[in-house]
Amino acid sequence: MSQTHRIDAKLSAGQVDRSRTLRFHFDGVAYAGHPGDTLASALLANGVRLMGRSFKYHRPRGPISAGSEEPNALVELRSGARQEPNTRATVAELFDGLTAQSQNRWPSLRFDALSINDRLNSFFTAGFYYKTFMWPASFWEKVYEPIIRRAAGLGTLNRQEDPDSYDKGFLHCDVLIIGAGPAGLAAALTAGRSGARVILADEDFRMGGRLNAETFVLGEASGADWAKAAVAELASLPNVRLMARTTVVGTFDHGIYGAVERVSDHLLEPLPGKPRQTFWRIYSKRAILAGGATERPIAFENNDRPGIMLAGALRAYANRWGVAVGRRVAIFTNNDDGLRSAVDLAAKGVDVVAIIDSRADATLLPGIRHLRGAVVTDTAGRLGLSQVTVRHADGRSETIGVEALGVSGGWNPVVNLTSHHRAKPVWREDIAAFVPAGGESGLAPTYVAGAAGGDLSTHGALVTGNEMARRALEDLGFAARPSDLPRAEDAPVVLQPLWHVKGAKRAWIDQQNDVTVKDIKLAHQENFTAVEHLKRYTTLGMATDQGKTSNVLGLAVMAELTGKTIPQTGTTIYRPPYTPVALGALGGRARGRDFKPFRLTPSHKWAAEQGATFVEVGYWMRTQWVPRASETEWRQSVDREVLATRRSVGICDVTTLGKIDIQGTDAGVFLDRVYANTFSTLAVGKCRYGLMLREDGMVFDDGTTARMAPNEYVMTTTTANAVAVFRHLEFCRQCLWPDLDVQLISTTEAWAQFSVAGPNARNLLQKVVDQDISDAAFPYMAAGSITVGGLRARLFRISFSGELAYEIAVPTRYGDAMIRKLMEAGAEFDAVVYGTEALGVMRVEKGHVAGNELNGTSTALNMGLGKMVSRKKDSIGMVLSQREGMSRDDGLRLVGVKPVDPADALKAGSHLLKTGAAATVQNDDGWLTSLVWSPHLGHYIALAYLKNGANRLGETMRAVNLLAGTDVAVEIVSPHFIDPEGERLRG
Amino acid sequence: MADFMLKPLTALGQDAPVVDRIGPWTLTERADVALASLAFRRGREAELRDLAKGAGLPLPPAARAEAGPVWAAFWMTPEMWMVEAPFASHEDIRAHLVAVFAETASITEQTDAWVRFDLAGAGLERVLERLSNFDLRAAPDGAATRTMIEHLGCYLIRRSAALVTVYGPRSSAGSLHHALVQAAKSVV
Repeated sequence: MSQTHRIDAKLSAGQVDRSRTLRFHFDGVAYAGHPGDTLASALLANGVRLMGRSFKYHRPRGPISAGSEEPNALVELRSGARQEPNTRATVAELFDGLTAQSQNRWPSLRFDALSINDRLNSFFTAGFYYKTFMWPASFWEKVYEPIIRRAAGLGTLNRQEDPDSYDKGFLHCDVLIIGAGPAGLAAALTAGRSGARVILADEDFRMGGRLNAETFVLGEASGADWAKAAVAELASLPNVRLMARTTVVGTFDHGIYGAVERVSDHLLEPLPGKPRQTFWRIYSKRAILAGGATERPIAFENNDRPGIMLAGALRAYANRWGVAVGRRVAIFTNNDDGLRSAVDLAAKGVDVVAIIDSRADATLLPGIRHLRGAVVTDTAGRLGLSQVTVRHADGRSETIGVEALGVSGGWNPVVNLTSHHRAKPVWREDIAAFVPAGGESGLAPTYVAGAAGGDLSTHGALVTGNEMARRALEDLGFAARPSDLPRAEDAPVVLQPLWHVKGAKRAWIDQQNDVTVKDIKLAHQENFTAVEHLKRYTTLGMATDQGKTSNVLGLAVMAELTGKTIPQTGTTIYRPPYTPVALGALGGRARGRDFKPFRLTPSHKWAAEQGATFVEVGYWMRTQWVPRASETEWRQSVDREVLATRRSVGICDVTTLGKIDIQGTDAGVFLDRVYANTFSTLAVGKCRYGLMLREDGMVFDDGTTARMAPNEYVMTTTTANAVAVFRHLEFCRQCLWPDLDVQLISTTEAWAQFSVAGPNARNLLQKVVDQDISDAAFPYMAAGSITVGGLRARLFRISFSGELAYEIAVPTRYGDAMIRKLMEAGAEFDAVVYGTEALGVMRVEKGHVAGNELNGTSTALNMGLGKMVSRKKDSIGMVLSQREGMSRDDGLRLVGVKPVDPADALKAGSHLLKTGAAATVQNDDGWLTSLVWSPHLGHYIALAYLKNGANRLGETMRAVNLLAGTDVAVEIVSPHFIDPEGERLRG
Repeated sequence: MADFMLKPLTALGQDAPVVDRIGPWTLTERADVALASLAFRRGREAELRDLAKGAGLPLPPAARAEAGPVWAAFWMTPEMWMVEAPFASHEDIRAHLVAVFAETASITEQTDAWVRFDLAGAGLERVLERLSNFDLRAAPDGAATRTMIEHLGCYLIRRSAALVTVYGPRSSAGSLHHALVQAAKSVV
């Protein structure tokens, strides 16, 4: 029989659409529910109270709440790749075809083998791990930790890739209102009618908050109808954005809030192209927190059986969803709100057999058996509640048969979002609860309204919602229109605190992490009384629910034990996120290939057509080598590219090098200050290698800079430091020397730049450029504007490879055509394109430093470039580069290294040791910084930093790599392996 | 002079600009605009402004873009603008500008440093709010800003309520295009 616990529609239609039926499965069993149901309400309607097993003791558990504070009813929602563990059934919106499985049980929910833990509970007390797994120490890693890890956690991951997409975005508003209950709606109406830009966000799929769960009237309308009308009006205002299914999960600086919108979670699958969830960053000028309050339980013996829930949840299921959790119910309360649950349930035809009221002086509720001064001392029922034991005021015990028990220990304002800014909540004795500090919380311009601020009546919510909106509008200069608030209930909070029933042995405080009163007592006994210690020692409040129903209770029990007041004991500080956030939502679109953007070189399309291998260099995808069909191993390709370049001509896309246009009448002076060497004297039409130091005298970057006109230079940087150098120059320009007439702009992407290197470089280029580039007309280190088939272009005669070489640049849109033209023109010279690997080989052969040597801890002197640091002028880093420790004659120097036996292979990262010296740190004389196989020389060669290196050329040493287990005899040589006199590049 | 002409490709690597139609929106790659940065040299601002006025080249205030009959410009940073002109007539845009401003300004060709996408259609702020933290809804027509879109530093210009220009780094044209298309699809 379906939906046995659905209340007759005539008594409570609820806000579900009974004309439509939704089919779903839980643990393989088919059930039916209605649109408007949550998974929890639908299961309860079908008489299913048992929904999960507890974390530690594997106790049978059902929902205790009807909202996001739920600690127990956690399920694995959906199946296959979409399976999602630890989903709260109380907020999972029902849809047709939903499937859910219970978790943390084996083999079944009804019979769980690990429920043996419950029998062994005396072993699993607070601090159990710390005490139990101390001995023997060697067991920890191999035995204990794997076992604990296997037992830990609730739901399981399916390890399949999430097939859905996630999105993120940015929203702006004058007033953000968090929560669409009576306070939030009143605030939104006031703010929205004023014309301010308003965002109203609510985690529920139906706005209205508790108004949907209560039977109050507002004016002439039911609470739910008033909420519906308010939402309709807000929807009609173009300045108001309504965001249902949106949980504000965190408060951040400057009025920024994080929110997760569950775009498609209520559907079987997202619609095509739609994300499952969107993570929004909301920029608000003012925010009003109207997140309501969470009811708290009372701890008593065996208070965790399925069927025992918060009294407000019991009536919410009846009022909103038309569900009677049990036919015979009792209420256990310490306040008048518990009585309201009894009245509502009785009105729905539920048999309320007793109200167990801990207050001896409570006003007697007529018509229902109201046991004043009584408490619940125990419960029974194997997989669900069947009876409660009551101790009357006179000490007498009575057993009452019930299917459900509603518990009310009072209400805790939801202070979480104000906590995120470290605004410490303050204790209010009259409602026995923490409220946010003041009306305004800490750093953020956040106002708190309604139950979240401790105004627990509907009237209070409407009034404070309106008032806080008025204040926010006033701050922002909007005129608030007077609001006509409807009449609403304004019952005072009548409560006598009762946190736990004395004498209980196993009374649950934190149901999700299985923390009991006994654990708190143990923490007290062992002196973990500070609230932060209490949390960590017992794991109170550390589960996915962040202790929404348990933290204050645990604190109160500790206060009783220590004899302090609750505020003396401490407060609870919540951190983001308010509810668990899927990592997918935080990642947004940035996953897989879209994890980060790519930068493609102008020759990328051509290179891809050739089957090039690409390497990521920052965001750039650079050609690493271009294999030919016959080549089966990368070295074959690289060796060929190197040899072909040195033999005839090779072409490399060097667009990725940073290019910075530096103009202004003081451009030369500026360059003199940022470079260690001089540039103001550089002739127009020439370029020069430049070395840039940091303030501390270490080398920052290098590159060539050309003078294109008297007041115009083009600087090149390394690929890696393109952005860093630009930033540095801007800092220098704006902050250090604002008096200089210098203007900067990056032109890295504007020009497609190709290196053309090798003995035939000029012959090739002369076929494509329109000007004479003979050695006489365009000598070594010349630079200037030229044309290529009439197109404006730039030519620089510079060489990184040691060969006769040029860099030619054309506007980027012509880069693809340029590489094709160069290859076509180069056919007669057997021109090749070479990638970054061949580039690396050739620069090591030539002894040029690159990233491995520019390691941030090296000086110009280390690199053998000490003379480049001009003492004739001041420049950044010049003074500090002369520090004693950095200018020692026997300091590290760049040297070349080759194996004594050319057949020996060297290993990257090897350290240099004197022959016969033990391989210890004390004997370490230096290390190989860059290592390549030189096809030209036919053996490995390396660059290295070696102590006193300049004076050790010819010395035989050992290159030792302890990780690889190699020890090779090497000779220290000049770092210039090829053409040390530089005849080729000047050819 | 060598007897050949290099054939240009668009930033997306095609022979012709790519146009995507997604729901009410049209996303158009624009290869027909020449760009150059224009920054005044120290002490030459007044001269430069006069010359700009004479040439019909607008120099909008901070965070704004303006268009004249031939020239358009948007503010980039203090003392610097990005100048736009039709590519067909102003491909060598720097030469055109140097002819006007001579040594009063530092001028740098920027045409191919950027990829330009124009997003047109009503309600396009629904797309861009997924990409940029710029408050497009509150921005007036002619608003121009620098903003991050998927880790890429971009310029965003609100031409009108139904037309926005995005300039992003040309080498990342594919990534930026992908981001724009995906965002549009997710809100169609």
